[in-house]
Amino acid sequence: MVEAWEFVVRRPELLVEWTLAHLHITFVAVGIAIILGVSLGVYITGKGRENIADILLYLAEIAMTIPSLALFGLIILLLGTIWLPTIGFLPAVIALVIYGQLPILRNTYTAIRAVDPAMIEAGRGMGMSETQLLFRVKLPLAIPVIMAGLRNAIVLIIGIATIAAFIGANGLGVPIFRGIRNARMDLIIVGGVSVSILALLVDGLMALVERRITPKGLRIG
Amino acid sequence: MIKLENVTKVYPDGTEAVKDISFEVQKGELCVFLGPSGCGKTTTMKMINRLIPITRGKIYIDGMDNTKIDETELRRNIGYAIQEIGLFTHMTVAQNIETVPALKGWDKAKRRKRAEELLELVRMNPSEFIDKYPNELSGGQRQRVGVARSLGADPPILLMDEPFGAIDPINRVELQSEFLKIQQKIRKTIIFVTHDIYEAIKMGDRIALMKEGRLVQYDTPANLLYRPKDEFVEGFVGADRALKGLQLLRVKDVMTTSPPTIQAKDTLEVVRRRMEHVGIDELPVIESDNSFIGWIRISDLKKGKEIGDVISPLTITLTVNAVLNEALSLMLSSGLKTLPIVDENNKLEGILTFDAIQEELHKAVQTGGS
Repeated sequence: MVEAWEFVVRRPELLVEWTLAHLHITFVAVGIAIILGVSLGVYITGKGRENIADILLYLAEIAMTIPSLALFGLIILLLGTIWLPTIGFLPAVIALVIYGQLPILRNTYTAIRAVDPAMIEAGRGMGMSETQLLFRVKLPLAIPVIMAGLRNAIVLIIGIATIAAFIGANGLGVPIFRGIRNARMDLIIVGGVSVSILALLVDGLMALVERRITPKGLRIG
Repeated sequence: MIKLENVTKVYPDGTEAVKDISFEVQKGELCVFLGPSGCGKTTTMKMINRLIPITRGKIYIDGMDNTKIDETELRRNIGYAIQEIGLFTHMTVAQNIETVPALKGWDKAKRRKRAEELLELVRMNPSEFIDKYPNELSGGQRQRVGVARSLGADPPILLMDEPFGAIDPINRVELQSEFLKIQQKIRKTIIFVTHDIYEAIKMGDRIALMKEGRLVQYDTPANLLYRPKDEFVEGFVGADRALKGLQLLRVKDVMTTSPPTIQAKDTLEVVRRRMEHVGIDELPVIESDNSFIGWIRISDLKKGKEIGDVISPLTITLTVNAVLNEALSLMLSSGLKTLPIVDENNKLEGILTFDAIQEELHKAVQTGGS
């Protein structure tokens, strides 16, 4: 512990660099995961898409069960066959997006499906278009559950982004891997503790966001 | 106003939910779709605002084929209230009521004003409720807001699918009466779906009784009760149809106006002679300004020396617009055979006797109600 702290004091610029790189990769991955997951989640709630929903949710579940190291490896192979960079940022982001899909996709799907059918019928009966129904009724009502999924995904992605160092992406995984190779306990602790703190901080931040964007009427009763 | 022409609904699985129904609802009328569950009443209603697509036939709104009108446009001009109410829980009462005005692009001030107006109409205090959320309201209040919301953009037509179905019977009766009063003011063309024969008789100008997708009888409540077209109708309205018919009559139709009375300043001797003269054992007592005080019974005359000693004060009164079954149940629960009818200032307008109700019942069954 003492050595770890000494390292932080001695080389703060390194810690900052790893943290920023870690955040960078996380935010890009989370951003894409949210857009992809929420839109897919909304899409598969559509009428007559129950089959697609089952398949997609199943795939997302399978993706979750693949060990992260193996998934990184698979992506390297896949990217290699289509002449894209096989190490560093890109494969890392792709893997993280895939990992983030299950909680986001599943929660979005479940939340929208759980919206009281009476509200949907009332909205439709009063002349809302399907888009208006989505943005004025379904999504606002689904926000708390979708947000729970997002928080889940973000914590997950922050953690797994550590392993991305294995395929050459920068981040807090770098000191951990370096520590393992060189038997440097201090580096492992610096990396590990930083990842945990980062995950907690970001999750706390998301909790605040969640409170802000949850419609007030849903916090009552 | 609303015209159905050979309307038929066949679902993809082959079920014929509605079979060749034709009838017309006049402007300003409240038409009840009545029938047991699964008779196609809700399906028929939902084909009017095209929540359910029609299979064959035509529905005309103000002479326009409703399939020729843009779907959302059509619905925004037809108020819609459902049993489950479906208030948006993430929106305030105001935002709920303003749904259709907002969709129609009204400006904020106008919308707010409309929401206040409508809350007044359904007898909820705007300043108290307008910014509340549905979860903060009671069941009855939610129903009211649901009705207010369906009137949001002042549509000429309302579709109501068991709009008072989700609340307890006592509140339901009250809401029904209130809604009838509102309808007196707003005169909308209303389709009102229910499976409750009492509700149908009370609310409807006309009733469309349906069975297994067919229209069995389209008629006034009185005709449905007293001139049932076939055995199904007769069975549906039930053996106690005479009692149900009481809902069609109001106190003013059967009360005795200018009944014999006693003035509060009369002496007991005058009272006794008057009772003997008219041959009635109990008479209402009034002040010189005609306001009602109580009753005097002949048996009580010996109990005192002054008129004030023998008056039984009576707080149970009725107004001329009460329906007869209310009057009857009041009589039964209070044990009184005669009830005073007063106006809002407690001035005596007449009396209602049990015999008069009985006579009316008898007449209705004999002549067919009209």
